Amino acid sequence: MKIIETDIAIVGAGAAGLSAAAEAARAGAKVMVFDENRLPGGQLFKQIHKFFGSHDHHAGIRGYQIGRDLLSEVRDAGADVRLNTIVYGMQPDKSLGIICDGKSCVVRAEKVIVAAGAKENYMAFPGSTLPGVMGAGAAQTMANVNRVLPGERIVMIGSGNVGLIVSYQLMQAGAEILALVEAAPAIGGYGVHAAKLRRAGVPILVSHTVTRAIGSDKVEAAEIAQVDEHFQPIPGTEQILPADTICLAVGLNPMTELLWMSGCRFTYIGPFGGHVPLHDACLETTVPGLYVAGDITGVEEASSAMEEGRLAGIAAACSLGFIPAAEAEKRMEMIRHRLDTLRSGSFGAVRRQSKEKQLQAMQDYREKEGLAQ
Amino acid sequence: MRVVDHPILDKLDTSNTVTIYYNDQPITALAGEPIASALINAGIKAFRTTARRGEPRGIFCAIGRCTDCKMTVDGVPNVRTCVCPVRDGMHVTHQEGSGTFEKKESV
Repeated sequence: MKIIETDIAIVGAGAAGLSAAAEAARAGAKVMVFDENRLPGGQLFKQIHKFFGSHDHHAGIRGYQIGRDLLSEVRDAGADVRLNTIVYGMQPDKSLGIICDGKSCVVRAEKVIVAAGAKENYMAFPGSTLPGVMGAGAAQTMANVNRVLPGERIVMIGSGNVGLIVSYQLMQAGAEILALVEAAPAIGGYGVHAAKLRRAGVPILVSHTVTRAIGSDKVEAAEIAQVDEHFQPIPGTEQILPADTICLAVGLNPMTELLWMSGCRFTYIGPFGGHVPLHDACLETTVPGLYVAGDITGVEEASSAMEEGRLAGIAAACSLGFIPAAEAEKRMEMIRHRLDTLRSGSFGAVRRQSKEKQLQAMQDYREKEGLAQ
Repeated sequence: MRVVDHPILDKLDTSNTVTIYYNDQPITALAGEPIASALINAGIKAFRTTARRGEPRGIFCAIGRCTDCKMTVDGVPNVRTCVCPVRDGMHVTHQEGSGTFEKKESV
């Protein structure tokens, strides 16, 4: 079997993986990035809205433009991006099994950064397996990337930022949003996104849930109902909406399969989407030389994924001697400061607490194992 | 329905097309797009039926993770149609259960 050797192997050519590749390759490391998709950028090219935050975080720039800038940065840095390449496994020694052009190869790298991202959660209800029930991100992919409307009359479940933003983007693509349904008594995402929907006349129904998808071989209607304080549907409040599509925007979970194979340790953090890898302030896991970055470390958003990617890229390149330790530490400290900014405010606080819990779990692990910090 | 005109994105270029066959019926697809979006544009939403209960399934995640959209493509079962690009002359078949390998024709 063919063996490919490189300094740093990165799994995932999305926001985090490309950012890591840019930093590590610019420092002089031989960097290879693997992604099973035919196009790079992960989910960035689906984000047609303007990003929030400060100038440092590309505020006011649309996601796909950030993706284009990142791609040219990676090209200039000289990283080798291999698309249409599936990474199907990782050994405890960090060697990767890949399939490229139908052939299986092994990749041996001094350092590995896994930036595999996250996938959408599913929610079970009668009829939820019918064609026409799909992730909100799936509908976004269809409308913004593949340029086909997945449905014309849509009910959106979930009022986090994904639910709010994707609803608006589906309207921009020509769909009608019959209702946005949220089980909690208040919307979950930013008020500014919700206001755009309200101005466009979309009913936002809090304390409501979907109770049934109706149809024989595809969605022909959606039944929704009001819920009580225990999130139980209140009999008699059912409404039937003439939907052909029900989108679920009910959170995401990290794609950690490769990490489980490598034997690295995990901790459970609900707000981060489930089991997440233990890692230190340099994003190195309990497997020496194995780093993580982006949504796989805990579901956040693209801006923090890009910052974490840069941090992991610098840390990995520094550990191989491509960046002097003092300079690397200074740059990583600046990135950590920017991450703290992203994890602030009423929406960010829970993510900052989650990250602190995760770092503490890593520290506890190393103390227990008698490992140096 | 194609998203041709869009307030943010460039107008969609629909000039470069290929023909694929869904259960032997020709469908026009845009070169390079995934099989799933070409089928959805043609009004096809149910891609397969499940092994035990014969229930219909279509796309769920559209990024190659959930495998709900798998179909038989050029005689090979369980192809994830949301990430597999179309090719001119490709045969896509509604899949029942886990599917079977069909007799291989020259590609």
